[in-house]
Amino acid sequence: MWIGNKVNVMSMAKDKMVSALSEQEIEEIEAEISHLPNRSAAAIDALKIVQSHRRWISDESLSAIADLLQMSTAELDGIATFYSLIFRQPVGEKVIMVCDSVSCFLMDGEKVGESVKKKLGIEYGETTSDGKYTLLPVTCLGDCDHAPAMMIGDEEHHDLKPETVGKLFDDASKRSGDDAS
Amino acid sequence: MGPISMAKITVDGRTFEVDDSDNLLEALLGLGEDLPYFCWHPEMGSLGSCRQCAVVQYQNEDDERGRVVMSCMTPVTDGAIISVQGEKASDFRKSNIESVMLNHPHDCPVCEEGGECHLQDMTVMSGHKDRQYKYQKTTFNNQDLGPFIGHEMNRCITCYRCVRFYRDYSGGDDLAAFGSRGRVFFGRAEDGVLENEFAGNLVEMCPTGVFTDKTLSAHYTRKWDLQSAPAICTSCSLGCNITVSERYGEVRRVHNRYNSEVNGYFLCDRGRFGAGYVNSDDRIPYCGIRNANGVYEATPADDALSHLKTLLNDAKSVIGIGSPRSSLEANFALQTLVGEDNFYSGLSGSEAEIASLQLQVLNSDIKTPSLAEVEDCDAVLILGEDTTNHAPRLALSIRQAVRNEAIDLAKEARIPLWQDAAVRKLAQDARSPLFILTSSEDRLDGVGTGIRLSSEDIALAGINIANGIDGTVEGGADIQPIVEALTNASKPLIVTGSSSASPDVVSAAVKIATALTKRNAKTGLLICTDEANTLAAVKLTEKPFPATGADVAIILENDLSMRVAGSTLDDWLAQVTNLVVIDSLDNNVSSRSSVVLPAATFAEAEGTYINNEGRAQRSFGAFKPKGDIAPAWDWLLRICHGQDLLTDVKHIDDLLDAIASAHKDLAGAVDAAPNAAFRVHGQKISRMTHRSSGRTAIVADVTLHEPKQPEDNNSALSYSMEGTNQGAPGGMKAYTWAPGWNSNQSISKFQHEMSGSAGEGTRGVKLFTGSSVQLAATEISPDGNSNGIRIVPNWHIFGSDELSNRCEAIHSLAPSPYALLSPGTAGKLGVQAGDALKLAAGDAPSLAVMLDDSIAEGCVICPVLEETRAYLHLQAVGDRLLIKDESWTPPAGDENIISSDRSS
Amino acid sequence: MTDKPLTKNIKGDKPADLAAYEANGGYVAVRESIGKKSSSDLLDMVKDSNLRGRGGAGFPTGMKWSFVPMEKTEGHKYLVCNADEMEPGTFKDRVIMEKDPHQLIEGMILSAYTIDADIGYIFIRAEYHAAAKALHEAINAAKEKGYLGENILGTGYNFDLHVHSSAGRYICGEETALLNSLEGKRANPRAKPPFPQVSGLWGRPTIVNNVETLCNITHIVANGADWFKSLGLGEDSGTKLFGVSGRVKTPGCWELPMGTPIREILENHAGGMADGYELKGFLPGGASTDFLLPEHLDLAMDYDVIMKAGSRMGTGTMIIMDDKVCPVATVRNIIEFFARESCGFCTPCREGLPWIHKILDSIENGRGEPQDIDILNRQAGFLGAIGHTNCALAPGAIEPLASAMKYFGDEFNQHIEEKQCPYSAKNGAN
Ligand SMILES: Cc1cc2nc3c(=O)[nH]c(=O)nc-3n(C[C@H](O)[C@H](O)[C@H](O)COP(=O)(O)O)c2cc1C
Ligand code: SF4
Ligand code: FES
Repeated sequence: MWIGNKVNVMSMAKDKMVSALSEQEIEEIEAEISHLPNRSAAAIDALKIVQSHRRWISDESLSAIADLLQMSTAELDGIATFYSLIFRQPVGEKVIMVCDSVSCFLMDGEKVGESVKKKLGIEYGETTSDGKYTLLPVTCLGDCDHAPAMMIGDEEHHDLKPETVGKLFDDASKRSGDDAS
Repeated sequence: MGPISMAKITVDGRTFEVDDSDNLLEALLGLGEDLPYFCWHPEMGSLGSCRQCAVVQYQNEDDERGRVVMSCMTPVTDGAIISVQGEKASDFRKSNIESVMLNHPHDCPVCEEGGECHLQDMTVMSGHKDRQYKYQKTTFNNQDLGPFIGHEMNRCITCYRCVRFYRDYSGGDDLAAFGSRGRVFFGRAEDGVLENEFAGNLVEMCPTGVFTDKTLSAHYTRKWDLQSAPAICTSCSLGCNITVSERYGEVRRVHNRYNSEVNGYFLCDRGRFGAGYVNSDDRIPYCGIRNANGVYEATPADDALSHLKTLLNDAKSVIGIGSPRSSLEANFALQTLVGEDNFYSGLSGSEAEIASLQLQVLNSDIKTPSLAEVEDCDAVLILGEDTTNHAPRLALSIRQAVRNEAIDLAKEARIPLWQDAAVRKLAQDARSPLFILTSSEDRLDGVGTGIRLSSEDIALAGINIANGIDGTVEGGADIQPIVEALTNASKPLIVTGSSSASPDVVSAAVKIATALTKRNAKTGLLICTDEANTLAAVKLTEKPFPATGADVAIILENDLSMRVAGSTLDDWLAQVTNLVVIDSLDNNVSSRSSVVLPAATFAEAEGTYINNEGRAQRSFGAFKPKGDIAPAWDWLLRICHGQDLLTDVKHIDDLLDAIASAHKDLAGAVDAAPNAAFRVHGQKISRMTHRSSGRTAIVADVTLHEPKQPEDNNSALSYSMEGTNQGAPGGMKAYTWAPGWNSNQSISKFQHEMSGSAGEGTRGVKLFTGSSVQLAATEISPDGNSNGIRIVPNWHIFGSDELSNRCEAIHSLAPSPYALLSPGTAGKLGVQAGDALKLAAGDAPSLAVMLDDSIAEGCVICPVLEETRAYLHLQAVGDRLLIKDESWTPPAGDENIISSDRSS
Repeated sequence: MTDKPLTKNIKGDKPADLAAYEANGGYVAVRESIGKKSSSDLLDMVKDSNLRGRGGAGFPTGMKWSFVPMEKTEGHKYLVCNADEMEPGTFKDRVIMEKDPHQLIEGMILSAYTIDADIGYIFIRAEYHAAAKALHEAINAAKEKGYLGENILGTGYNFDLHVHSSAGRYICGEETALLNSLEGKRANPRAKPPFPQVSGLWGRPTIVNNVETLCNITHIVANGADWFKSLGLGEDSGTKLFGVSGRVKTPGCWELPMGTPIREILENHAGGMADGYELKGFLPGGASTDFLLPEHLDLAMDYDVIMKAGSRMGTGTMIIMDDKVCPVATVRNIIEFFARESCGFCTPCREGLPWIHKILDSIENGRGEPQDIDILNRQAGFLGAIGHTNCALAPGAIEPLASAMKYFGDEFNQHIEEKQCPYSAKNGAN
């Protein structure tokens, strides 16, 4: 059920970004390299930086980063595929991560997950057809005293109820609608 | 390595003395225990991932419970109390192998590894048989990894051996571990040819059938049905030990054959995958005589021999041209036939010059190290030698040599050397110094300092370095670090050779080694030549090629068109009345001959090869060749007999005796292997395992009678499974097998200590051990042409070697002719990328121009290929003039000209 | 002097800024120690304090540090703060980092000084955005004030501190996996020995400590070892951040003396069980500890006391299992987590945990067979001991399983006999 080997990620528009890295990405990566003993030590930072700009790491981005860090694409991909929060497949504008660990489980976390799935019409590992959300399970978010918990993008939400969790998405789309106007 | 210190350990109640620098697994295997393991490897140390090697360790005599430990991760300590048999350990191993097998497919019957599978062996050894797992197995997609290696990831047991060998040991970077938890995948980032030149070792490193030999799969045979022989690789001058295996008269595969002093556990891909030419359609199956219409006619051997006898009797002049790829025996027989004055080595000029120098070095007080000794060297200078492409296995050893710095650090930090990951982690980028003075990029650049110079400048730099070491001249700033590294080292090593075809470079290397040896007797100098038996040829004669023709010229296994450029060869051939060729494959000379005798290849004949360190090694054939094919020495012996020469010599052993009496310093060759009379407990040594199946069924469609197996009168080996393998000396084993150990890991059963020597006779005999010769001072002559342009031959592991290139898989990775040069040099020559260059002289092929900033100014790098090789050795300055080829049109899809570079 | 040193600055929603931190006695220990006391004095103090690591294993911190070679050599020494906090049910380090980042920074300066480290990293889990932001800001403020960087407070001592945010995966919390991850590699744990103290980050001497452990250093140095020891109620010294999650009235995290009885934490601080729920069992210190039962409620939360009762104090954050939830399902959830988070390096863990998960899943769904219990027992023995696997993940994963089978074994059998989960049957009947 992890995106790394997920069966059914919605077909999405291909990474429209330029395949080479942007100047800003390179600058940010170089800043990390500057306090490390060798270039390839910045592998994870670099993946995270590029992902923060492009949401996921395409094959093109991967090769570009590998070149920048003077390491092989294979080695970098070996690193990228080890970590659960480096996405090697396209994800939506926001990644929703629902905690499925024990404290949340004990507080009906599974049902919260079910509600989110229903609300968005997708399963774990999938992306909504409008490309807005990708849904993933995540390990304990350290919010156990406010279980169940989940993250929408960088924002954390807790004390969730299966009945009301859907509202978060209505609010969120309203808010982003407001931003746009 | 310091002196070995011993520790007493108790194993299941018995006490032993073992080396205390080992881990427990090594020690226990050395004691003959059947202790299963996967991730450990004698050459690469421990990892601790497979957890199969569990034993119980007790704190002291009162400890009754004990603790399960991984023996490979546990140091030998004095007084240790161990149980291998203890229930705790054996239960653990049983559970562990059950886990290993959970996701492993039940595909043994269709798996190439079946029957020689370490996983099968360990499963049986660990006692697991009933499967309780009833869920789905994990599956993966496979990749296309190129013409050599198959990939079946579902069989993976995640022991990490592949990536450790590929990345850590041999410096490759396009194979990696991907993913995590129950889904770890070993492969490339995407489909494509594995780039590393030692990738083929994965076939043997992988304890199961993930990485398999595609060239074997193409005409697959189980190990137990292969007929094999201990042979010597003839693809370069290093003389790696191999096992060559056949079935139905076809070579099926080549495996590594352990030799502690030469190749250890590993081969290069040319040696492993390059033997397919033996099965080529271009083989010459029968004797032939060209008829009046100029057409070849197959001729019975006796007729051909009597025709030859007449020719020889009638001839006023006879010359023989020897071969650096033929056996010592054949070269000697030819020399005897034509007489010393009429015998030529058949080498190219520069190779002959370099090989003569090498002979002098071997007879001097400069030490020539074995590959094992190379790995001990703590500073290396490479002078103009492209090891990876010209003497590949050496590059792998140099990679290990640069680790000596790391090993020193680990010793200081008291980290045992078998703690491989920890040693590497501690050392980070710390490496012993390695300087690579070559004209173009070198695969070893990543672990050393690459310096790009023309051959001439390499020679000059070498002389400066020598002077710097002598203290006669203050070294310049650029060479001072090299001088210091070499003088500070406890075992410095100079590597050079004929890959850049420059005798001056080799002279300079000799000069450095001479200067260093004066200060440090442990200095090593290793000179690599082009062919497997260059030293044998040059030992017999220093004359490379005759100036004039003769009535009869006998060419022994030598495609002269690769050594003598077009018009020169044509002129010479025009002066020869009867050209007699003894060879295995049709080539540019046999096609112009008037008599041809079909020679056996290394896979079908015994013979002695002298490698570049002067080590004589005997190679044995796996099967009796087809048709009239016979060993070249056998043909020559029969011709000699017709001339009343060598009449006492009936047999290869007699021939070796004759060689020994004619050449004192070749006498050792007799002892390179036991002679044909040798027996083990009264038996010959079998070429097939006793597990061989259905031998009698081979011809069952024709007759139900078992055919008589061919007899081998020339060696102590027997065809078929008759005889014994157990108890045979290491160097004579046609295969390795021990009860319970059907895979190649059974070698551990025959090693005195793990990674140590494997029985007697494995190592060959070092010749030329005298230290008599005083080396003369050398002069450097300019090697450029009139406008300062120098042609530098560029060897390719796939494509440059004559015979392996006739094998499809190898040839598919060979480059097309190119000229690689800096933009500056291109400007001088008036060409740019997309143009082509050609030699002003002769009909040499066009070379597609490719630009590369890193190439030394004035150098034009050209690949050594069948069609270019002769031209790269041109001596006359005028002939070396390169001009733009105005009529050139680039072939379609030309961006991949050097496909064997295999880098993206 | 306070009896709640770790949380004294934690008020409201905002992190305590440098001024507030200093106003409450912050950086006094740094001012009075760096360049003034010798590192061996500080080490002695930490040893005397009896501080045990708060990352879960409870290893004595002073002893760990004493293995760091102190002779001057070329190259760096590193201090790494383990702020990965991905163990399910654990939410204590986050509180400190979000609300009082300077406390951690001061603790790291003092610790680094003690082992003579010149570079520090805080390895923080990816999802802790707010904590990472607070730490970044606090580091910048401390740098400006001369507490961090080159020549700290003019003493000649240098210490650079960086925050590294993880890319996910629980195994990164294992200290040697963490080091590999910091090096930008795959986070497989390393074999020990050699220990990180000798050959750690980039092969250099390295100390890895938990956030809470390092915060304690500040107070030990400021107030002395004896004071620290006096804080504990029993054998163990200091205070501890204890937490409770699950069906209790007021879940949360509190700083209490070491040795506080479980009952007190559960009833006085967490308010007892939520209405309608009863206590069935609990994991005393995160998902990788053994279940304890209501009969254990009067035990003191001390490392050795809990150990004797057959569990571990772990991170001190309790997970409460109530009577309405199926223990098989709970353990299945826990094992699923560990199987997913296994690094996949060693055989027993990589193969065993998914197998166990599949078996638990089939038992929970009424497809279990009697022999499944044997397999579970056998696998528990196979994976469950330190040394059987390359790191402590698998043995940790087995603790809740083995203890659940011990205490709730009947319910496992009931699932198999009835071919369904009794709890879902009950719920279904509702
Ligand atoms: C699988 C695994 C995960 C771990 N995760 C953490 C973690 O998130 N935070 C932590 O402080 N220690 C964690 N540890 C413990 C660390 O390995 C290490 O013991 C600890 O950081 C040492 O700090 P301390 O001595 O201050 O307790 C984990 C251990 C294991 C085996
Ligand atoms: S026990 Fe699990 S997590 Fe630990 S090293 Fe082994 S596979 Fe990795
Ligand atoms: S051989 Fe010992 S763990 Fe693999």
